Amino acid sequence: MILIFNVIKPGLLTTIQDLGRKGYQKYGMSVSGAVDHYAHRIANILVGNQENAATLEVTLIGPTFKVLETRTIAITGADLTPYLNNCPVPLWRSFTVHEGDILSFQGYRSGCRAYIAVAGGMDAENTLGSKSTDLISEIGGHHGRRLTKGDTIKATNVQANNEKCFARRLSIELIPTYTKNVRVRTILGPQEDSFTTKGIETFLSSEYTVTKDSNRMGCRLDGPTIEHKNDADILSEGLFMGAIQVPQNGQPILFLSGRPSVGGYTKIGGVISVDLPKVAQLKPNDRVSFEIVTLDEAHEKLRKQENIIKILQAGI
Amino acid sequence: MRYTVKTAGDQSIIINFGEQINEQTSQTVQKLSNIIESNGIIGVEEVVLGYTTLLINYVPTKISYDTLLSTIKVLLKDIALTKMEERNTIEIPVLYGNEMGPDLVDVAKLNHLAVEEVIKLHTEPDYSVYFLGFSPGFPFLGGLNEKIATPRLENPRKKVQAGSVGIANYQTGIYPVTSPGGWRIIGHTPIPLFNSNDADPFLLSPGDIIKFKSITKKEYDEIINSRP
Repeated sequence: MILIFNVIKPGLLTTIQDLGRKGYQKYGMSVSGAVDHYAHRIANILVGNQENAATLEVTLIGPTFKVLETRTIAITGADLTPYLNNCPVPLWRSFTVHEGDILSFQGYRSGCRAYIAVAGGMDAENTLGSKSTDLISEIGGHHGRRLTKGDTIKATNVQANNEKCFARRLSIELIPTYTKNVRVRTILGPQEDSFTTKGIETFLSSEYTVTKDSNRMGCRLDGPTIEHKNDADILSEGLFMGAIQVPQNGQPILFLSGRPSVGGYTKIGGVISVDLPKVAQLKPNDRVSFEIVTLDEAHEKLRKQENIIKILQAGI
Repeated sequence: MRYTVKTAGDQSIIINFGEQINEQTSQTVQKLSNIIESNGIIGVEEVVLGYTTLLINYVPTKISYDTLLSTIKVLLKDIALTKMEERNTIEIPVLYGNEMGPDLVDVAKLNHLAVEEVIKLHTEPDYSVYFLGFSPGFPFLGGLNEKIATPRLENPRKKVQAGSVGIANYQTGIYPVTSPGGWRIIGHTPIPLFNSNDADPFLLSPGDIIKFKSITKKEYDEIINSRP
């Protein structure tokens, strides 16, 4: 274990995350973890880590760190204009930071969440099998909370040759572009029967605006009211990543990794896995619209993506 | 065995055993959950219990949707023959009323009962833990006597202390962590339901039976003081 960063400015919301705390949702724990799995996994791959290694999830306004140890790092996801000392550094590419360097973010350009991976991975509190910060239960990550000024962040010792993955970059066609209007593919259900035909049509033909109340738990959306047949209440049941819940007011909520384990309102659909990173990068006032795909199509897209990630992982 | 299967996104399915909250349905959900977990099906990541449903998270690149469904169908056939695992009974000591149960008097008034009767009716039943959810270790319980069912507060509290015991309509429950909440708070337990430092951080599991026991302020203080 080594000290890697000293927090000069914490940014808006910077937390330690991995791929989530699995197996405890049936006890009421949130799964937590990186909201954008794709950016998180690629950041790890670029520095030669296992894809589940802990990274820093940075939200909208980036932090400023003083580097305490020379290391290979990579930044992926949202473009918040990362700088090393006085020079801009590229996203989706690994590079070396040296002791005494200042890593900062100079301003917002696109997306919502950036991920910083350090070769060896962040060393953090491992609670119930995960280093992910759960802000509700106040466990995991850095004392179960967001970073604050003066915190010192640790990394684990690097086993592999540090130079081996210097300046790895992701091919340009694999780098997502984040726009203010996204269209995401969804699977209808599990409660599509609770909505009128008009309600389903409204859902599929309208644009919804992300509201300011959105966070790691979910994106609250604002737009044309989605009409129920009767009641919006259901008996509480498990919630899944990308679930689109519509309470009685007809305004959808799109659940992300900080979601509660169960919910008691109708869900009109779920965003397919390969489109979840698009949703993860939505910020207030961005707009989202939905279209339907079949389960087979969704799985075919996922297989393609996983094959690419497997090849990248093997390339290290 | 009557059930329906619904897709929930492209990495989950929900098995639904009906729309009635009752002991039998809840036991079916728990049995399926136990069978799936003990079978260790490759590609099945996690299950989440509800009142009448089981959410199953799977990895489509490790198990296809069709294989998952046929596997679950086979397991469902075994359910009728499966016995419930032995159920733990857990006693929850509660200090009722006063500052620890600020809504006890209102619960009594709204139901035209004396405060003592509310406590008696609340401590009588064996409550079943149907499932846990909402916050870490929060139990959804079956068995509340209808005579003390009381609507939620019109204005939810911004902060309900961990350990608070409450009533909301036909449900009773305990807040494991301090959070906002609209349940009528009738008492407080000094026993923690969630402790992240423990190897086994959750006091309760689905299927457990709990009994509330009314304790005095002196007994309450003794339990508090005996905690490490």
